[in-house]
Amino acid sequence: MTHQEKRAWIMLVVSVVGYAVYVAVVLSRVDDGRLTATPYAGVLLWTVGGAIAASMLLEIGLGVVNPRASRVSDVRDREIGRLGDHVGQAFVVIGAVSAMLMAMAQWHWFWIANVVYLCFVLSALVGSLAKVIVYRRGVPQW
Amino acid sequence: MKPTRVTNNIRALRFARDEMTQAALAERIGVTRQTVIAIEQGRYSPSLEMAFRIAHVLDVRLDEVFQYPEEAS
Repeated sequence: MTHQEKRAWIMLVVSVVGYAVYVAVVLSRVDDGRLTATPYAGVLLWTVGGAIAASMLLEIGLGVVNPRASRVSDVRDREIGRLGDHVGQAFVVIGAVSAMLMAMAQWHWFWIANVVYLCFVLSALVGSLAKVIVYRRGVPQW
Repeated sequence: MKPTRVTNNIRALRFARDEMTQAALAERIGVTRQTVIAIEQGRYSPSLEMAFRIAHVLDVRLDEVFQYPEEAS
């Protein structure tokens, strides 16, 4: 497994776990069934920060566990990286357009922030998943 | 999405070249060993430039390394 494939796996796992923790914490704070009144901003920021820190720690941990593993990237890694980023980027656009439409329709900011966050998570998740699948099954030829 | 139709004889040619390892071939052509494995298994089509480098390292013609099935007319 190349260094870049390990990074894709880390991103995949951290995205899922981070968002699951966020959803669990926010839902545990719901009072009187009113989701929009639930404090979420602090949890969201801590989850994002925690996910970034966890990714870095996992990457360092893999380096410590297997110090002889190569960290070299080549043309195939770059092609797969571009493909994964391209796939994931669609969700960033969907998130931005959704946030714009929701703001214009005067939706509650709770939903706007959460749709944007969900789309960021989906971007990381789907992009990483695409990379892992292509690493395992092969680079598609169009 | 479709798998590559390009096939290759890299594995056989490596063995014919004093049992050259995948790691040695990877180092000579400037890629990771995982990329050589992916090419050998048909999971990755190398660029034309990389294909020529592989042929040069294995000291054979390009069409002795890579083959492409003819289209049915």
